[in-house]
Amino acid sequence: MTADAITRTPHDGSRPGAPGAGRTRHAGAPAGRGRKALTYTVLILLALAFVVPLVWMVSSSLKPENQIMQVPPNPVPTHPQWDTYAKAGRTVWPFFLNSCKLAALNVVFLLLFASLAAYGFARLKFAGKRIAFAMLLATAMIPSMVYLIPQYILYRHIGWIDTQYPLLIPRVLTPVFGTFLLRQAFKQVPGELEDAALIDGAGRFTIYWRIMLPQVKPALAAVGVLTFMESWNDLFGPLIFINSPSIQTLPVALAMFQGEYFSQTNLMMAAATVSVIPPLVLFLMAQRYFVKGVTMSGLKG
Amino acid sequence: MKTSQPHLRPRPPTGSTPTSDPPGAASRGATTPEGVPPRRALSPAARRHLTGWLFIGPVVLGVIAFQFVPVAVSGFASLTDWNGMTSPHFKGVSNYVTLFTEDPLFYVTLKNTLVFTLGSIVLTIALGLALALLANQPIRGISIFRAAFFTPVVTNVVAVGFVWFWLYRPGDGLFDGLLGLVGVDGPAWLADAHWALLAVILVAVWQGVGYPMVILLSGLQAIPPSLYEAARVDGASSWTRFWRITLPLLTPQLFFLTIMQFITSFQVFGIIYVMTHGGPGDATSVYIYQVYQVAFSQGKFGYASAMGWVLFAIVGLVTWAQMRLEKRWVFYG
Repeated sequence: MTADAITRTPHDGSRPGAPGAGRTRHAGAPAGRGRKALTYTVLILLALAFVVPLVWMVSSSLKPENQIMQVPPNPVPTHPQWDTYAKAGRTVWPFFLNSCKLAALNVVFLLLFASLAAYGFARLKFAGKRIAFAMLLATAMIPSMVYLIPQYILYRHIGWIDTQYPLLIPRVLTPVFGTFLLRQAFKQVPGELEDAALIDGAGRFTIYWRIMLPQVKPALAAVGVLTFMESWNDLFGPLIFINSPSIQTLPVALAMFQGEYFSQTNLMMAAATVSVIPPLVLFLMAQRYFVKGVTMSGLKG
Repeated sequence: MKTSQPHLRPRPPTGSTPTSDPPGAASRGATTPEGVPPRRALSPAARRHLTGWLFIGPVVLGVIAFQFVPVAVSGFASLTDWNGMTSPHFKGVSNYVTLFTEDPLFYVTLKNTLVFTLGSIVLTIALGLALALLANQPIRGISIFRAAFFTPVVTNVVAVGFVWFWLYRPGDGLFDGLLGLVGVDGPAWLADAHWALLAVILVAVWQGVGYPMVILLSGLQAIPPSLYEAARVDGASSWTRFWRITLPLLTPQLFFLTIMQFITSFQVFGIIYVMTHGGPGDATSVYIYQVYQVAFSQGKFGYASAMGWVLFAIVGLVTWAQMRLEKRWVFYG
């Protein structure tokens, strides 16, 4: 099963445009000469449908208020108003930092705890392993709403409401999906590496840290990217657990702006654009790993 | 398992040096002349179990503390009139009875959720399959298209909601503007109870279709070309090849997607919260949005817990039914 579906073009020996390329062996319709033009047309139209709303978001953020609702819309602003970003930036900056901080902490600690557990489940033999793993599997099935309410009460008792702890500690200590994914990766590492280190007298933690973790870097990257996205784009968690603006995250802050700056569309679109940039850049940079993570989530583990 | 130190309990690592001795291992007389910590007090078997639990301990404890215990508490809470302030009174199943017999919003939100779920499942999977087939073409620049289809997936739901809110704006929004160019009066979209849910479904599909596309694309790329080869030799048309080879071999992915999309769509919240707040009237009020209102606006934690368990039951039953039907249509080569 290939994981980097987005970045890989299938190798079937035929170069695009080469004679015989029309007889490629693919699940889709075979791409003949006229067919190819049609394929491109369809692809471009579809891609536009997916990109236009986001392009409209960016272009609206750069237009003066009175030009935003023009029909037909002008995709390129005539006089880009960059100062909208300065203004939006000032408003959004603290929330942006909060989201960054939370996402970074989530990634680091989730990778640590998930990889520890995954190594234990994948490579060690000990009493109770099966039952512990079954427990993890069972939790993956339960809708979050079922335990969110008691969690909320629990946090109120221990003083976690209106702090960022509920968005960090419970998440990194219950990394069910990350554990599955990394367990798969650890299982694929050849046993000889570990055996050799054991004979040399290395302890299990040394082996995990020095030998096994470097072996599963791609899987760590995949889980890391997914974790970042989940933390960054989370709306429900901060919405119920955080009240103070000083520690609020970006998505909730954006939703709050909706009421406040409703009349200033360009400002709202600039704020929305800023909120989209980090995950988008990360996605474009780490596309392979992200897709790998998504694809592995779709496999029977 | 007999160990030499039966009183030892595996303990999760606290702090950053999990290799430190387990507390309590200092059994007298076991210290070596050099004063090395008495690690050897443990039999090899006991050490093996302890090591294993040190590795999985944090996550196991986390799952118990943050998921198992809350789930149990929520089960009890659903049988009480708990409001988080005063001490709860036991009410038996009265919350559930009220939900099924007296709560008009229960069926409204359930119906909306079901429409949303079915609509988005059918559309995302069908469109996802079409996109996957297209994106599997061996043509130049295909990865750019794949990335374009996937971009909305990584965009946060609030930004998505903003943009579409403006696209849908009655009168001067982009859609009405474009429809106006061809002389059609667009509906009021989000402001019209008949259209609002469909409008939200379209946004959800636009945002979510990249996920099935990626899953199905990986399935497509795993199909051995020799199968198409053989079919071609036998003179099968491209339509037959799709119907007889591609589709059957994608059934594992399609099966996974129907289960996953059902679970996630049935718990839709963000897009509703941002775009419509359940309106107009209750036209787009979905189940989780209602639970959110009951729990966090009205403080009825007992009742909201009951709602949570009903949701669990529905999702569980449907998933179980899908698993039972798996044998009928899913083909594992």
